[in-house]
Amino acid sequence: MEIKEIKKDFPILNNEKIVYLDSGATTQKPVQVIQAVEEFYKKYNANPHRGAYTLSMEATEIYENTRNKISKFINARYSEEIIFSKNATESLNLIAYSYGMDNLKKDDEVVISIMEHHSNLVPWQKICKSTESNLKYMYLNENFEISKEEIEKKITDKTKIVGITYVSNVLGTINKVEEIIKYAHKKGAIVILDASQSIPHLKLDVQKLDADFVVFSGHKMLAPFGIGIMYGKKEILNKMSPFLMGGDMIEYVYEQETTFAPLPNKFEAGTQNVEAVVGLGTAIDYINNLGYDKIQEIEKEIINYARQELSKLDYLTLYMPKNQENHSSVISFNIKGVHPHDVASILDSKGICIRSGNHCAQPLMRFLGIDSTCRASFYFYNTKEDVDKLVEGLKSAYNMFKKYIK
Amino acid sequence: MDDLTDVYNELIMEHSMNSYNKKRLENADFSEIGHNPNCGDEITLEIKMNGDIIEDMAFTGHGCAISQASTSIMIDTLKGKTIKDAQEIVKTFIEMIKRETLGEEELEKLEDAIAFKNVSNMPARVKCALLAWHTIEAILNKS
Repeated sequence: MEIKEIKKDFPILNNEKIVYLDSGATTQKPVQVIQAVEEFYKKYNANPHRGAYTLSMEATEIYENTRNKISKFINARYSEEIIFSKNATESLNLIAYSYGMDNLKKDDEVVISIMEHHSNLVPWQKICKSTESNLKYMYLNENFEISKEEIEKKITDKTKIVGITYVSNVLGTINKVEEIIKYAHKKGAIVILDASQSIPHLKLDVQKLDADFVVFSGHKMLAPFGIGIMYGKKEILNKMSPFLMGGDMIEYVYEQETTFAPLPNKFEAGTQNVEAVVGLGTAIDYINNLGYDKIQEIEKEIINYARQELSKLDYLTLYMPKNQENHSSVISFNIKGVHPHDVASILDSKGICIRSGNHCAQPLMRFLGIDSTCRASFYFYNTKEDVDKLVEGLKSAYNMFKKYIK
Repeated sequence: MDDLTDVYNELIMEHSMNSYNKKRLENADFSEIGHNPNCGDEITLEIKMNGDIIEDMAFTGHGCAISQASTSIMIDTLKGKTIKDAQEIVKTFIEMIKRETLGEEELEKLEDAIAFKNVSNMPARVKCALLAWHTIEAILNKS
């Protein structure tokens, strides 16, 4: 399938005035996903797990079938290892509160990378304070990568939890997560993998990686907002206490005591976002139909082209891994002397959507010695023409500012 | 907005990139930090008073062209004004940016700060233009 054909599936991208380069924040939605949500409400809407009538049974079946589909999609061993949440942030909070709070002791260590999104960082500050354990960081080398030496220096016998993003939402660095997971396990730590920025682009095999927990958000992979996934190994999830309490996560409720439902319901309190689950299932179908090989083929061409073209602008500072093999579909940059918000506004006036700011990664910004960056992020529906328009936009932004730049 | 030269005009560009008001003030009577947590812009405003007159003012910090220029031009506008007049001007500026006051006579008292009128058409940048003005509002209400 050609990119022009692919673009037709995305109603927003049919507006030729829009150059959408913010898929790292959220992807556009294909018409298939939008229709699936509509169809659910028109034909199957009922509360899963609640009713003894056919409609509710059908809703339950759709809901649980999607769980199976996700399980296969990431190659989980058991479908009950897939827990629905609101988003990756809620998944990470679930792990921090239900696993971290109960398993960390005084002087234990939690190791995360300096490139973590606030969602895989702020919860650990809270949990470490409460348990009197220590939060440590793996820093980056001059290639914006975490070196083997850094991994082996920071993960020690005291480390109980390692949190790592598969792909940086700022730098696009693809971390050597297999290496990190292996080393952490050797030291007796469990590993939480944030796959939010990788799963739209790279195949995820949780068994091959041997990650203990994996989280991601649906809306960054073509699905609606408000649906996230927490994968956890069954033997770990079984030992954990629930995070949110309420309906559907219980077995027997007495006035003073409650016993909890088995997996996965134990972690799914209250009525879930079923329409978004349906949408996520359809999004996975879309990705499977296109195929990760094709996605990679398209994206490699775009990102390499973007690297090449942006490198030609000598007034840009680029924040990206040197090795293009380790670079996913995100690229951060600044026009020297011009604030990213001004650049974003000027690009916006030409219909080009980029992100500007700290990207929910303030500690990374501080580590890099900057306040913010411009960020363009790509997906398989982007074209070289989109990159060309970005470059043109940057040229005109620079021209507006250059005589004032000190 | 299609054409941003209305916003990024000569006056705003000069003030944002090379402001003579960007410095520390000796013997300041008031100092207040203004911060936009979403974008990271941060300014420190320093004021020296003489009775109820704003004798001198300066700022330090970092941010986008709009927040920096807005701070610098605000300083030019409010220097030498009484607290009461300054409060009036601040109120008018905020109303202009929020598109609550657009009467020309009203806006005249803003002097150069009227250059930010078009920011009211850029919802994403309203908070940049207002950062310094909300910061001084807090100081004036205290003094």
